[in-house]
Amino acid sequence: MSSETDHDLFADVDLGWEHRKNRIFLGIIFAASMFGVVMLALLLFDVATDLYVGLTEYNINLVDFLTRDGSRREELSGFRGAIVASIMLMVLVTFLAFFVGVGSAIYLEEYAPDNRITRLIEANLANLAGVPSIVYGLLGLAAFVNGVGMGPILLAGAIALGLLVMPIIIVSAQEALRAVPDGVRNGSLATGATQWQTIRNVVLPAAMPGIMTGTILALARAIGETAPLIMVGAIFINRMPRGPFDRFSAMPTQIYNWANEPSQHFIHLAATGIVVLLSFLFVMNLIAIYIRHRYETEI
Amino acid sequence: MSTEEQSLITTEVQTENTTRTDRPDETVLESRGLDVHYGDERALSDVSIEIPEHKVTAIIGPSGCGKSTFLRSINRMNDQIDACRVDGELYFHGKNVYDDDVDPVALRRKIGQVFQKPNPFPKSVYDNVAYGLRVQGLDDKLDLDDAVERALRGAALWDEVEGKLDSSGLDLSGGQQQRLCIARAIATDPEVILMDEPTSALDPVAASKIEDLIDELVEEYTVVIVTHNMQQAARISDKTAVFLTGGELVEFDDTATIFEDPADDRVEDYITGKFG
Repeated sequence: MSSETDHDLFADVDLGWEHRKNRIFLGIIFAASMFGVVMLALLLFDVATDLYVGLTEYNINLVDFLTRDGSRREELSGFRGAIVASIMLMVLVTFLAFFVGVGSAIYLEEYAPDNRITRLIEANLANLAGVPSIVYGLLGLAAFVNGVGMGPILLAGAIALGLLVMPIIIVSAQEALRAVPDGVRNGSLATGATQWQTIRNVVLPAAMPGIMTGTILALARAIGETAPLIMVGAIFINRMPRGPFDRFSAMPTQIYNWANEPSQHFIHLAATGIVVLLSFLFVMNLIAIYIRHRYETEI
Repeated sequence: MSTEEQSLITTEVQTENTTRTDRPDETVLESRGLDVHYGDERALSDVSIEIPEHKVTAIIGPSGCGKSTFLRSINRMNDQIDACRVDGELYFHGKNVYDDDVDPVALRRKIGQVFQKPNPFPKSVYDNVAYGLRVQGLDDKLDLDDAVERALRGAALWDEVEGKLDSSGLDLSGGQQQRLCIARAIATDPEVILMDEPTSALDPVAASKIEDLIDELVEEYTVVIVTHNMQQAARISDKTAVFLTGGELVEFDDTATIFEDPADDRVEDYITGKFG
């Protein structure tokens, strides 16, 4: 008897269609979020197959591949010069973009008054972050390779990449600084610290994990960029660069170069190179995730 | 008291470093016609008050009456707010702290502050307390050890953290964090300690420890405390200032007088809970 009354109690509420709409919507957004995962899996599968074929049918030896420079002869060709060039690029980009980027972020977040000029700078930085990478390549070509007369050297490539990632570093550093609670700033100032002492002793240490994470992700973007390097002429070079003033070809440009070769052997060298490049990106992302995870509970 | 006389006292303090107990009931802070605006909004209106040395002065009033604004204008923390404008005078030992030749950083080394929400730095307990001394240039390990212990004892925290000076200040409980912030504020031996609702984020037990502590602090320091807890003001303060909406100082007198026989009807209404 009582169960019948319970049943009657909600008899006038019909939610069948509403619940069905919920389920349909859930299905759609789940499919949308799986799309990226599936695409990544397909990409990795494709690269892995190419790598496997390269290792077995074309007898690409991974040790030789990593310790030899490029060559016109596919069976003698390796990736070492490109790896070294990419690492040198990364170090130079870090020097060029990190200090300028973090410096701008500190100025904008900690010192700049909230006025029209500040807003203009911030709007420009946001726009700069959206400029296509080939435009930075053109800038590098016009201003540094030809303008200053550097020629197609590694430093010119590093400047182009540095300009490319600087807005990203600035924006991520600004976010990291903004996440530092005002309480600790006030605590420091009220203790009689100057603004710079406050920034150096309290704000920067607290923001550093965020700044590091943003910088590593920006560098991961830089290391995979191809277009700006092609524009500054980082191509058709096989050997290892001897310094920042030497000509060079980095990992993505070497892969691009190989992929354009008619020989299937070169195509599979490119696939092996892609695996190496992806490993670099993977490790950098892991480091970024580790830093974020390690320090996120601090404040 | 004229400005000239007060200036004399200032020089005396600076040159001879007379102990505070020699001058009982001296005015240490005095505001005259203090107005504070945030943009077009008026936060404080013509506040004139004399705050005595080695006393606890409580500032009470409803939300938005300018209590915290007044506190922040004493150590010029309002300078941090772009839209903030201060008019009128505020004297610290007879020196107008808004004079051009006053460096707010130097001022804050003599007037410490404790905030509403405990805000220890993400550093060790030791580094938190030593912070103020280090930014003032002290880096001798033994001197720092001494000062840190003294400050932690002064903040009634030493017994609880003695063995874990190297652990993070953020691992302490809320009440301990607030006492750590008090230790940080007194480590540099300021003359005045401003407290902005220091117990409002704490549980009653932790709050009563802070209240006991304030009772001891006033032996050495002048304490100005903003609170919206009237019982707290009645318990711990010697003088009470009542601000009401509009940033107006309505009445300032001995705490007993304010709570038992206020001159202003609005103060009586506020204290008996008729509004605010």
